Amino acid sequence: MELTVNGQRHSLDIESDMPLLWVLRDELGMMGPKFGCGIGACGACTVLIDGVPERSCALPVQYVEGAVTTIDGLSGDGVLTAVQEAWIAEQVAQCGYCQAGQIMSATALLASNPAPSDADIDEAMSGNLCRCGTYPRIRTAIKRAASTQSARS
Amino acid sequence: MASVGKIARRTFLIGTAAIAGGLAVGAYAYRRPPDNPLAARADDGEAVFNPYLTIAPDETITIFVPRAEMGQGVSTTLAALVAEELDVSLESVVVEHGPASEAYANIAMLEDGLPFPTYDESTIATIARSGVGIAGKFLALHVTGGSSSTVDAFEKMRQGGATAREALKQAAATRWGVQPADLETNAGSVRNPSTGETLSYGTLAAEAAEAPVSRDIPLRGPEDWKLLGKSQPRTDMRAKVIGAPIFGVDVAQPDMLHATVRINPHFGGGVLALDTEAARQIRGVHSIIEIDHRLGRGFAVIADNTWRAFMAADAVAVEWEKPNSTLDDAAVSELLAAAVGAGSRDVMRDDGDTDIVFADHARDRIVEAEYHVPYLAHAAMEPMNATARFADGKLDLWLPNQAPNLIQAVAAAALDIPTADCTVNTTSLGGGFGRRVEPDVAVYAALIARETGGRPVKVIWTREEDIAHDYYRPAATGRLRAALGADGLPEALDIVVAAPPIFSPMASRFYPSISLPGPDKSIVDGAFNQPYAIANYRVAGVKADIGVPVGIWRSVGNSINGFFHECFMDELAASSGMDPLEYRLKLMASYPVATALLEKVADMSDWRSQPAEGRARGLAFTLSFGTWVAEVVEISRDDRGIRVENVWCAADPGTVLDPGIFEAQMMSGIVFGLSAALGQEITLSEGRVQQSNFHDFDALRIDRCPAIHVEILQNAPRMGGAGEPSTPPVAAALGNAIFALTGERLRRMPFTHDVTFV
Repeated sequence: MELTVNGQRHSLDIESDMPLLWVLRDELGMMGPKFGCGIGACGACTVLIDGVPERSCALPVQYVEGAVTTIDGLSGDGVLTAVQEAWIAEQVAQCGYCQAGQIMSATALLASNPAPSDADIDEAMSGNLCRCGTYPRIRTAIKRAASTQSARS
Repeated sequence: MASVGKIARRTFLIGTAAIAGGLAVGAYAYRRPPDNPLAARADDGEAVFNPYLTIAPDETITIFVPRAEMGQGVSTTLAALVAEELDVSLESVVVEHGPASEAYANIAMLEDGLPFPTYDESTIATIARSGVGIAGKFLALHVTGGSSSTVDAFEKMRQGGATAREALKQAAATRWGVQPADLETNAGSVRNPSTGETLSYGTLAAEAAEAPVSRDIPLRGPEDWKLLGKSQPRTDMRAKVIGAPIFGVDVAQPDMLHATVRINPHFGGGVLALDTEAARQIRGVHSIIEIDHRLGRGFAVIADNTWRAFMAADAVAVEWEKPNSTLDDAAVSELLAAAVGAGSRDVMRDDGDTDIVFADHARDRIVEAEYHVPYLAHAAMEPMNATARFADGKLDLWLPNQAPNLIQAVAAAALDIPTADCTVNTTSLGGGFGRRVEPDVAVYAALIARETGGRPVKVIWTREEDIAHDYYRPAATGRLRAALGADGLPEALDIVVAAPPIFSPMASRFYPSISLPGPDKSIVDGAFNQPYAIANYRVAGVKADIGVPVGIWRSVGNSINGFFHECFMDELAASSGMDPLEYRLKLMASYPVATALLEKVADMSDWRSQPAEGRARGLAFTLSFGTWVAEVVEISRDDRGIRVENVWCAADPGTVLDPGIFEAQMMSGIVFGLSAALGQEITLSEGRVQQSNFHDFDALRIDRCPAIHVEILQNAPRMGGAGEPSTPPVAAALGNAIFALTGERLRRMPFTHDVTFV
């Protein structure tokens, strides 16, 4: 089985129904996407497939058609993205466990909608659970990232 | 009395000789006792100053945080305590979890466990608090909990930094032949202002760690603080935004296997039959073993990949014993009702003579109500997990946990090895909320590691296993009654709360031979210790033994009684036709810390003005973990349901060490409490839990999260905690807002039994 993750191609001898999350974590050693629920309900495992956010814990690897991006591959050469920078500026993370998924969802949102409204943010981000309650700062950080991105472009 | 004095003195001597927690940090540098948990670091060439600090010749300054980082920011705030006195920036240090050690005993947590309210400055309360310090060192619980991390560390870790700084100055003074008092420290160097010469800490560290220094170095006051009292960027924020492998589930060891467990979901049940034939055919399965321990019985699958272990566990045909098949929600309600009505009571507050007031009081001036809360799961985002390696008779554990030296003892006992042969490495915690104090996950991992021929094994539970095997926030029933006086205020208040006890069963999970007799403070916490002046005020708890495992859940008993007490206060104000704010201002008039907070939250929420059309506000107050908190919740309603729009929170922890992190903790506790109020409930059938994952045990999501506004006051005379105190009032404030909007009084959580939220 062939899989492209963060720009690198991998040949894997694995079961076709293994969820993408476990291929990434246990077979490829990419620990960015997190296991939270196994049923696509919490978003901790969110990755991008051709830029679209997907819950990797409930996605059999055989259905992956396209390039996978995990948070491990988001910032090349240690340069953080506008979303990651905004997360630091707003000091969003608490325990941090859900934040990889939050950042991937926010990244996808801003890629398709450079100036999201509150309602857009709620809709795009409500699949990502945070038990620490970082939502108010997530909202602020997404808006900050949106304005930096628009200033850069 | 003479014998008491003797015992206390003896305990004190044992305490100081055996361990070096508390105020004995300075002595560490001087006497270098053998049990410094960092002593082995000296073999790697680091200078070991005290349990909180090492400095390497290459200038690496490592600060060891004695509490677990679970989002509450201890790896920033506690590190800042050392850095402040050491004159180094937070950016220039490495922060690690300290290893399991008695040197990191949590004294403040035990102090808060005493049956004295925070505002009680009586002689007996003061004596008891100081006594706990001594006993606490003896007990030496290396535990993160009770919102006690900053309170406990405040003196100790600043002293750790200050003694090291003075030792570094001493070493430089010796080299230069000058007096240490003539030197200054800045940014990791000692400087001689008269010559302009500098020596870096790394250069001086080896000599400094041998230098004798005074134990009585004065600590800097807030006026001199450069880091403390100001918001600091978290030391672990970058790691968390790049997805760095810092959590328990991310642990990787050479040649590691993967495993999962299935424990009988019927409480206390064993395995009747196990057929592993099909499961063993699954690719990558290494072995399937039975787990038989007092904490749980079931089986584990060991494989070469987590998912394969999950699949194989599903393929095992198991017949569970069902020891308590009649236990369900109806049975719980009946047991609680029976206990609250007729159970043996532990009276924890008894001002005046409550019975006499009620006996003579006009019936129509008596208000009575019964409140109920359900069991709740912690559901931390990171499912339970632990990695274990058992080789050459030694057990190494890596896991996110809140109680390393307790877990060390129980895991070692499970393998029948000396405690000293078990090492506990604490990773970052993907949420804790009290669940990660428990030893079960480490015990199962240890038992599994015994079967892998020395190979390390990472054990990850499914979310379903996590929900089915929690130590739940207890269900509880409260009966409250008040006799209202002519002024509308309560002349007498009588509260009885029935709930399963937490602390005795919890202690026996760690030490099976221990039973804790006497009252369980958690049953009445948040009700018996509130600063309301009511002449006849009685609060009693009843231990209701139900058979569901319970444990500490963010804010513990306060999560129950904050709701009971503060909704009932609102009922009393409404019965008297008085404003809930003015009502509380009158009842707490003798506590200026409380009234200042109430005024603050009233200002923030514009309480004294009419809410907008279709909106209403509710107010609640709880003093818990030493921090005074007043909250106002504002809701709106349309034809789809009720929406929580705003939460205003005014909190007074006495001294705030990091306002940004403190604010985040208040927000966090509010969202945690709202999650419970807006739908969380663990229900039971046939002696097991019915919920299994986030589809039926969800939490607040961003689309329902209100705007949250936090202000901090610092009037309280003693320092309080941050992790838990904002949780207790929020459900009550919401319930009171719903009453203000709809006229309907909700006395049962979650509120989704009665209203719809949008």
